Amino acid sequence: MFNKIANFLFLVIFCLSLSNSSQAIEPDIFVQSTVNRASQTLSKNISKKEKMLELQKLAKDTVDIKGIGFYTLGKYRKEISDDQKVKYSELFEDYFLKSFSSRLSEYSNPKINVISKDKKNDKYTIVSSILVATKDRPEVKIDWRIYTKNPDNPLIRDLIIEGLSLARTQKEEFASIIKSNNGNIEALFESLKKFINE
Amino acid sequence: MKKILSFVVLSLLIFSYPQKSSAEGVKDCFEGLNRATFALNQGLDKVIVEPLAKGYRKLPIPIRTGTSNMLSNLSNLITIPNNILQGDFRSAGLNTARLSVNTTIGIFGIFDVAQQMGLMKNSKEDYGQTLGKWGVGEGCYLVLPILGPSTVRDSVGTIASILGGDPWYNVTVKNDTQYFKDSDYYISKGSDGINFRSKNIEAFDNLEKNSIDFYASVRSLYLQDRKQKILNSNKIIDTQDDSDWDDVQSN
Repeated sequence: MFNKIANFLFLVIFCLSLSNSSQAIEPDIFVQSTVNRASQTLSKNISKKEKMLELQKLAKDTVDIKGIGFYTLGKYRKEISDDQKVKYSELFEDYFLKSFSSRLSEYSNPKINVISKDKKNDKYTIVSSILVATKDRPEVKIDWRIYTKNPDNPLIRDLIIEGLSLARTQKEEFASIIKSNNGNIEALFESLKKFINE
Repeated sequence: MKKILSFVVLSLLIFSYPQKSSAEGVKDCFEGLNRATFALNQGLDKVIVEPLAKGYRKLPIPIRTGTSNMLSNLSNLITIPNNILQGDFRSAGLNTARLSVNTTIGIFGIFDVAQQMGLMKNSKEDYGQTLGKWGVGEGCYLVLPILGPSTVRDSVGTIASILGGDPWYNVTVKNDTQYFKDSDYYISKGSDGINFRSKNIEAFDNLEKNSIDFYASVRSLYLQDRKQKILNSNKIIDTQDDSDWDDVQSN
């Protein structure tokens, strides 16, 4: 009897572990489904504000906002206090969500097709896609840097548009603000607050 | 010969100028002046270039495509010598074939017949890229009046075009060939700028609206783009090292 229960439990745990591993999401499928979700939101007949809220929800689910925030701090992330880190993370999330949703909400139903993926290592896969051309703008190549340390929950860490990294651009922008204020991180916090409250 | 020697000496002097490293490795030695020039260029863009680009976009698609093709065809005149200087003889041959076919059968480049014949479009090359390929560092970042973002290396590349490296400049402005006027060159360059701007109206507006330091964003994008073009690579791994992300805390 005990053996039977033990076997049953073993089987349940085995099946659960199998089903867990089968939940790993392929990065290209993850990107296409994220794009489809964004596309659905953008084509909805709702106000711009409602669209922005839905896009912010999508970003929270799919983007490594905290990771991008610390990456964009560059060398300064090692120099600030824990309190400043917490404050920065909160400000950066608000800044990122506003900036992200505002950028995307300008587009009406963009069509993005995922074309390939390139696994760099266990932590990163680059997914390549194409933003289909319209009569006003040419086709745009977009690569997605997907963080796959947890394969069940892949996260977007960067968008590389025609070879130009948004995360790196952000990093250099923040560094410029800090540098022009004699290395004072509080100046960056003020700039972020100003952007958030505009 | 004296001219060339002066040019080389001047270039070496400029490249050996002590460079101040600023935001995360960006060498913006003349940031104050650059920011002022950037503001001037932005003003000119708002008053002249952007309205022209918006008007240009209202033209019928075949006219815009024809103009774009013509300008692209003309750019081969700089791309081909640079293909050769970079040792890329295959691309030089391909671009020469494209230039010949499109200038003749394609009626001065209006129609991209070469593409339909299987001669696919290549990336553009210039003297700044060639210097980069030869290992010359980018030097300080510069913002030129009207022309916009550049670096010391890319500016030297532009000077090389004017000193005889651009056959289109040679037959229009530099030499009196009776077939072309100076204005042909300036109109083509102006159209090139407006054509580029018209394709990026939303992207520029979006970037400006969502940047907290627009100058720094444009600088970063320009430098990344040049690096990519010199490498002739679309691989992200070349422009972004994974180790940059190593100790970053995640969600």
